[in-house]
Amino acid sequence: MLGTVLQLLLNGLAVGCIYGLVALGFVLIYKATELVNFAQGDLMMLGAFTCYMFTVWYGIGYWPAFALSVAIIGLFGAALDRIILRRVIGQPQFAAVMLTIGLGAMFRSFASMAWGSEIYTLPTPFSAQQSLVAGVSVSHEYLSIIAGTVILCAVLYAFFTHTKLGVAMQAASQNQLAAYYMGIPVKLVFSLIWAISAGVAAIAGVLLAPVSLIDTNLGFIGLKAFAAAVLGGFGSIPGALAGGLTIGLIELFSGAYLPEGFKDVAAYVVLLIVLVLRPQGMFGTVGRKRV
Amino acid sequence: MRFIFKISYRQDLGLFRDRFQRDWYIALLLGLLALPVLLPDYRVDFSLMLIYGLCGVSLMVLAGYTGLVSLGHAAFLGIGAYAHVYFAQDMGLPWIVSIALAALVSAAAGGLVGLPALRMTGIYLTIATLAFALIVQEVFNRWESVTGGLKGKAVERPTIFGVSLQDDTSFYFLCLALLIAGLWLTRNVLRAPTGRAWVAIRDSEIAAQSMGVNLAVYKTLAFSYSAALMGVAGALFAHQVGFLAPDIFTVLLSIQFLLMVVVGGLGSLHGAIFGAIFVALVPVGISEARDVMPEWLGRVFSVFGQDAGSAVAAAVDGFVKHPGLEPGIFGLVLVLFILFEPQGFYGRWIKIKLYFSQFPLYKRATFKRQKSYMRSERLR
Repeated sequence: MLGTVLQLLLNGLAVGCIYGLVALGFVLIYKATELVNFAQGDLMMLGAFTCYMFTVWYGIGYWPAFALSVAIIGLFGAALDRIILRRVIGQPQFAAVMLTIGLGAMFRSFASMAWGSEIYTLPTPFSAQQSLVAGVSVSHEYLSIIAGTVILCAVLYAFFTHTKLGVAMQAASQNQLAAYYMGIPVKLVFSLIWAISAGVAAIAGVLLAPVSLIDTNLGFIGLKAFAAAVLGGFGSIPGALAGGLTIGLIELFSGAYLPEGFKDVAAYVVLLIVLVLRPQGMFGTVGRKRV
Repeated sequence: MRFIFKISYRQDLGLFRDRFQRDWYIALLLGLLALPVLLPDYRVDFSLMLIYGLCGVSLMVLAGYTGLVSLGHAAFLGIGAYAHVYFAQDMGLPWIVSIALAALVSAAAGGLVGLPALRMTGIYLTIATLAFALIVQEVFNRWESVTGGLKGKAVERPTIFGVSLQDDTSFYFLCLALLIAGLWLTRNVLRAPTGRAWVAIRDSEIAAQSMGVNLAVYKTLAFSYSAALMGVAGALFAHQVGFLAPDIFTVLLSIQFLLMVVVGGLGSLHGAIFGAIFVALVPVGISEARDVMPEWLGRVFSVFGQDAGSAVAAAVDGFVKHPGLEPGIFGLVLVLFILFEPQGFYGRWIKIKLYFSQFPLYKRATFKRQKSYMRSERLR
C-alpha cells in the first residue's frame, strides 16, 4: 500500500516536473513581454523530435543530441521573437494568443511532414533501468526527469539572481521603459528570454520523450502545462513549478484511486475550483488599475 | 461618397442604412436561395458554412462584442447537439420544441460558465473555458445513457411539422432560415441597450461599471446568449454530421471557431460570416486542389522534359495529399492575418470599399493603428 503511494508520488512528481517546465516557459515569456505563448507545447514537441532525429537517424549519441536540440530550439525561439512575435507587442493579449495558436498548428504540420506521423521512442542511456529503493522500484527515466528539473531550476535561479544578464532580464520584465533608460538592450533581452524559454521547452521534451512516446500530438501536453501555469498564478515562476507538480500529482492519484475517466479531468476540475475561489491563481498577484 | 440625410427617426430604426443597402442584401439573399440549384455538388458544404456562420455569430457576440475570449465553444456546440438529439429522438418531442430546449440547455450551461467568469479576466477566463470544455468532452464520453458514449449516436434527418427534410437542399434552406433569424436577432440585440452594455464592457470594464452597467448581469447574459446560439447551431450540426461522437467536439474545433472570428474580423457580424465562409470552404478548396494540382503542375514542368514533369507531379502529389497540410494552412493564414490585417476580412473589405468610394483621394493613413509602447493587461 505504502509502496503504491510512493510509486505514484514519484511518477506524479516526474510528470509534474514536465508540466512545471513547460509552464515555466510560459511564465518567463509572459513576465517579460506579456505575450501568452500557446505554442510552448509544440516547441517541446519540436525539441523531442529534433533530439530523436539526431540520436537515431544520425546516431550522434544521446548527450550531444540533447545539447544540440536544445541549442537549435533555443535559437529558433529567439528567431521567432525577432521575426514574428515582436510585431504584436502592444497589441491586445488576444492577438498574441491567436498568433501563437496559429504558429503551433504550423509546427505540428511541419513536424508531421518532416518526421512523419509515426510514433517514435527515444533510446536513452537510462532506458528500462530500475533500482529498488526502500521496496519501491524507481525507474531511472522518471528519476532523470526529476533530477533534470532540479538541476535546470538551480541553474536558472543562479542565472537570474547572480549574473548581470539575468538581473537585466528581471529588470526588463519589471519595467521596460526604466530598464531601457538604464542602458539595458531590452529587445535583445527579450529575444534571449525567448531563447531560454524555448530551450527549457526543448529540455522538457527530451526528458519526457523516453517516458511518453514522441508523436506530433505531444504538444497538447502544453494545455495541461497551461492549466499548471494558471493554477500557480500566471506570472509567478515558483507558482508555475508548484502548479505543475500539483497537476501531476492530482493526475496520477486520481487515475489510481478515482473511477475511470477522472484521470484526465481531475486536474481541470481542480483548476476551475481554484480559479473560482482565487481568480489570480495560487501565487498570482492582481492589481487594480487606477482610473 | 454618399451622404445620408436623416429626416425621420424611422431611418434610425431601420435595419438597413438606405434602400441601396437593402437592395444589395435582397440580391444576396436571392443568390443564397439559388446557390444549391447552381452548385448542387457542394450543397452539403454550403449547409456546413451556414451552420458555421451561426457559430461565428455566437462567438462574435462573446469575443468580438463583449471581449470575453472563450476557448471552449465546441462544448456548447456539443451540448446543443446532444441535447437536441436526446429530446428529439429519445424523448420524441417535436423538432421545434426540441431545438428550443437544446438552446435553453446550452444557455443554462453558458450561464453556469459565465458565473465564475465574472471574477476572471483575460487569459484566466480563456483557460477556465478551456478546462470546462475538456470536462464536458469527458462527460460526453462517459454519460452513455444520453450520449451513446464512445460508440456514438446516429442522428436522423429533421422532421418539422410532419414534413421530413430528407434531401440536402431542404436542409440547406433550414440552415439558411435559422442563420438569418439568428443574425436578425443578434443585430437587434446588439443595438439595444444590452448590446451597448456589452460593447462598453469590452472597451473598459471600469468605465462601464461607473456608467451603471451591472457587470455580473451583462457578462452572464453574454455567455448565455452566445451559448444559446451555439446550442441551435449544435442541433443543426448534429443533423449535418449525421453521427455524433465525443471526439468531434475537441479543443481543435474551439480553436477553429476562434480562427473564424479573428480571420473574419473581430467586432463585426459580417466578420463572423466571412470567417465561416473561409473555414467551411477552404477544406473544400484544398481537396479540389489535391485532385487537380499535381497533374497541372506536372504538365507545366514537363517543358523541362518528361522526367522533370513526372517528378514534380509526384512531389506535389505527396505534398498536397499529406494529412498534416490542412491545419498547417489554417495556422499560416491565422499568423498572416494577425500580422498584416488584424481587422480580418471585414477590415480589408471596408478598406477596399472606401478606396473606391473616395477614389482617387484614399489615404492609407485613415486606418493607421496607433502604436503603444506597452499596454499592460496585468492591471485591470
